[in-house]
Amino acid sequence: MPETLDQIFVLLKHWIVAHFPAALQPLVSALLSISAIILAFALLFAIATILERKGLGRIQNRYGPNRVGPYGFFQPVADGLKMLIKEDIVPGGADRVVHFLAPIALVVPVLLAFSVLPYGRNMAPIDLDAGIVFFFAVGAGTELAVFMAGWSSRNKYSLLGAMRAIGQMISYEIPLILSSITVIMLTGSLRPVDIVEAQAGYWGGLPAWHVFTPWGLAGFVLFLIAATAESNRAPFDLPEGESEIIAGYFIEYSGFKFALFFMGEYFGMFAISGLAITLFLGGWHAPLSFFEGAMPSYVWFFAKLFGILALFIWLRGTLPRLRMDQLMNFAWKFMLPMALINIGAAGLWRFLPNGATRWLVCSLLVFGPFVALGRGLAAKRHWKPRTYRFAE
Amino acid sequence: MDPVFCILALVTAASAIAAVSLRRLVHCALCLVVTFVGLAALYLQLNAQFVGFAQILVYVGAVAILIVFAILLTRGSDSPPQSIFSSSWVVGVGVAVLAFGALAFSVWTSSVIYRPAPPAPQPTVRELGEQLMTQYVLPLEVIGLLLTAALIGAVIIAMREGPARHKSESIAHRPLPIPHPK
Repeated sequence: MPETLDQIFVLLKHWIVAHFPAALQPLVSALLSISAIILAFALLFAIATILERKGLGRIQNRYGPNRVGPYGFFQPVADGLKMLIKEDIVPGGADRVVHFLAPIALVVPVLLAFSVLPYGRNMAPIDLDAGIVFFFAVGAGTELAVFMAGWSSRNKYSLLGAMRAIGQMISYEIPLILSSITVIMLTGSLRPVDIVEAQAGYWGGLPAWHVFTPWGLAGFVLFLIAATAESNRAPFDLPEGESEIIAGYFIEYSGFKFALFFMGEYFGMFAISGLAITLFLGGWHAPLSFFEGAMPSYVWFFAKLFGILALFIWLRGTLPRLRMDQLMNFAWKFMLPMALINIGAAGLWRFLPNGATRWLVCSLLVFGPFVALGRGLAAKRHWKPRTYRFAE
Repeated sequence: MDPVFCILALVTAASAIAAVSLRRLVHCALCLVVTFVGLAALYLQLNAQFVGFAQILVYVGAVAILIVFAILLTRGSDSPPQSIFSSSWVVGVGVAVLAFGALAFSVWTSSVIYRPAPPAPQPTVRELGEQLMTQYVLPLEVIGLLLTAALIGAVIIAMREGPARHKSESIAHRPLPIPHPK
């Protein structure tokens, strides 16, 4: 019975596809996968918005939404209806075609990125050999969509926001890709399904996930920081800094187009969290050996996804926004050297014999430069204790 | 002919023509991006997964952004007042026809088209990786070393901070002219 429950979506898809003539079967199969992805992630988007608003409310010592439905949990429905019936305003000086295309160009690549992630055992919508390259390739398309939105609005704030967003996304894309290269080096495959397979099994009590190795831990932390920046979330939300440039690149969007931007941002966060789970957190494998088989594999994937979402919400509620120079310094002077050193550590891990020496050498190679680089950068700043001149 | 190829070729060619004939430079750049994507789709249709994805990653992700930045940071984003077509377009068409004729003639008369077509290879990403790691490992390493050195060099240039920082700090620590509230 647990076996059937684990494969229920796969079996259901095979059952539906079998009812169609052979010529139509690939098309029906693709359509079923697409509708499943869109439905699941639209639902997740609704849940994530309400959880985020509730969680931020909790962190900021207020209630958060609590009027619609029990404990305010139907708020996303109300928001969705409001977005659908709001007037769609296009500025007079806007470039109408590009302005119309920008939200679409943002959401479509992100939806494409969902198609290569393995959500459970036998549950990768497209099993591509170069799945990781595909993921990063479609992710590159979103930068252009942000530029299209910012430029076509004919608003100086939106253009500033777009320039900030592009600068940030390009800078953090390099550490993002470099930190995931370690996993590809060690598994020897670009196929997400193979990467998840490589993390099966347990070392004693711990699962054999990549995050429980020195290079994997450093890679995961770097990946998560770069992922936060790539999805434009706090503390890296400069492109939409409300206090400086109001809302950045989507300032001139209203109604459903704004909703598409909002959705694209959350979908981007889900996709990149899904990739982090696939690369470092063991994909759909259970965290402890006695849980294996107790629950369907896709439950574990989505449980991990919710865990990362909780981390993102926590970060957003507690960290102040970075300044532009801090953002760039952090990307190029800290993240990039650390990612390169981590690649070296992963290479050593591959060639050293399994044992305590390997752990010691690789840990030293990762955490020594971490401390040295952090201290060196801090010493160059000449930071002193903060003095207040007016608020004493 | 394959309908998928026809659609892709049509989109690629149309966007390439639009990229050279539209008035606004940003529109041209965006049309060029469509051309890049169309080319990548053509590669994918030929079963060259890695080349197709690399085309998108490099051209859409980096080259297009570079073009867009270059347009925005210079004053090229305003559309030119006069016609964008050169007045000597007759000569241009003549040169184009001549070049096309020369190429077509050399293709038709070459012996290559009479040779039997070799069996089409099926380059999987795995095979590509194995070739890169065995037969072509030295060029790969050299290119990798060169690019990493360039990357680190750029960061080292950025690491050096000028005296401007300290100047601004000294301004910040100068006593303010307004009286200190007690």
